[in-house]
Amino acid sequence: MTTRIVILGGGTGGTLTANRLRRRYRPDEVEITVVDQDDQHVYQPGLLFVPFGMSDPEDIVRPRRRQLHGGITFVEAAVDHVDVGANEVHLQGAAPTLGYDVLVVASGARLVPEETEGLTGPGWMEKVFTFYSPEGAAALATALDDFDGGRLVVNVVDMPIKCPVAPLEFCFLADWYFTERGIRDRVQITYATPLESAFTKPIAAETLGSMLEAKGIELVPEFNTGEVDGAGGRLIGYDEREVPFDLAVVIPLHGGAEYVGRSPGLGDELDFVPADEHTLQSKVAPNIFVIGDAANVPASKAGSVTHFEGETLVDNIAHFLAGEPLEPTFDGHANCFIETGFHKALLIDFDYDTEPLPGRFPGPVGLPLLKDSRLNHLGKLLFQPVYWHSLLPGRDLPGLSSTMPTAGKRYAAATKED
Amino acid sequence: MTTTTTVAGTTVDLDDEGFFTDPTQWNEDMAREMAAEEGIELTDRHWTVVRFTRNEYLQKGTGATVRMLGKASGVPVKELYQLFPKAPAKTAARIAGIPKPRGCI
Repeated sequence: MTTRIVILGGGTGGTLTANRLRRRYRPDEVEITVVDQDDQHVYQPGLLFVPFGMSDPEDIVRPRRRQLHGGITFVEAAVDHVDVGANEVHLQGAAPTLGYDVLVVASGARLVPEETEGLTGPGWMEKVFTFYSPEGAAALATALDDFDGGRLVVNVVDMPIKCPVAPLEFCFLADWYFTERGIRDRVQITYATPLESAFTKPIAAETLGSMLEAKGIELVPEFNTGEVDGAGGRLIGYDEREVPFDLAVVIPLHGGAEYVGRSPGLGDELDFVPADEHTLQSKVAPNIFVIGDAANVPASKAGSVTHFEGETLVDNIAHFLAGEPLEPTFDGHANCFIETGFHKALLIDFDYDTEPLPGRFPGPVGLPLLKDSRLNHLGKLLFQPVYWHSLLPGRDLPGLSSTMPTAGKRYAAATKED
Repeated sequence: MTTTTTVAGTTVDLDDEGFFTDPTQWNEDMAREMAAEEGIELTDRHWTVVRFTRNEYLQKGTGATVRMLGKASGVPVKELYQLFPKAPAKTAARIAGIPKPRGCI
């Protein structure tokens, strides 16, 4: 009998998983179905550039079904819930129920701005924006265009968020943008974060913290947003501290897909699906696997992580189907270009055990790590075609292994923190 | 870096931020003493949070974040900040004798 694999989500993780599986199995061995509620695949790293007019929203969206190889069924429907015990996915509307032998949860993270008091109230999309959605990023582009001076506040409400470096990149690009417009001296840029410093990992936090300072961006650490007063122009912390703004760019709370919450036993309190951090098998049922932002694993919610997870995930689905033990091969590898403005970017590379270190990537003659350079900025720009043409088809990228390379890293830097 | 210190008359191991490295060394007297050092007198509401996060750690390997506490402990976020000012998740974890909750990266 044909094995049925159902993949929930046609984004980065779902698409590369489907394509890798299709290459591994013949269609008469394995039937692959991808479910998504719409047919719009957004290149999410591109959202950062939209507010600054450096990227058009329509240039970063392509049809989901076109990214899937032949022999993969695409179902455009919203998931109502998963019946974990019956191995069934129930869809909304008239779409028939899908039975599965293996389920892959790849439905990402969802923005939940309504969970923060006042955030979607007066002022939302007028002077309070987010660039984490295509509509938000496009609306913010207009607002930035009209902004002639005052207080710009960039605020992360709470972790986890997708691409934890993006809010910092937004600050750096805003500094560049207002400098180019000749009004940087009339704009006060503030970064308010719930973290203790600019970033989660100590050595990178030090580098990024000094960059904020050098660019005259104020850092407000340990700020926990309790309420957004859009009309009054202030963020109010749970500790009653206030941060005033004329324009606020807020990264809202994130949760998993709504259907996860409607599926008994599938997700955690935030609707993410708990999974083994090294095998990516869910802790819910042995035939359910998780990839990307949908997973509750201690890795960044980022496209690079999802990409590196792909190999482990597909190998382990194969092991599971063959009745073999799974391999704990995923090491938490993440790799992020951080735009710092003025045609430069910084690169960080890390895993579960190793924090971002200085050095070169992937080996001693590679791109500079934890240091801004023009080369890294080019790397970031070149990544978009690589995403559509190599990463989504599920190809291994030349010179880029799934596990974290150690060759070019300067480990001595880490020891001083211990 | 782990340092050995005495809490409520017993020797325990704490990391450099004051979190227990071995949760089995903890008892409720230690919780009261560590809370008092933070200027907190533990009420039933505090204990609800402390027990919840300790239980999360024992079951899942990490203590709860503020959002998780707000959603699942039965104590709303606003009240969490009143009970444990500044950093509710960290303070509750310290008092509950568990390692620092694994922040999100």
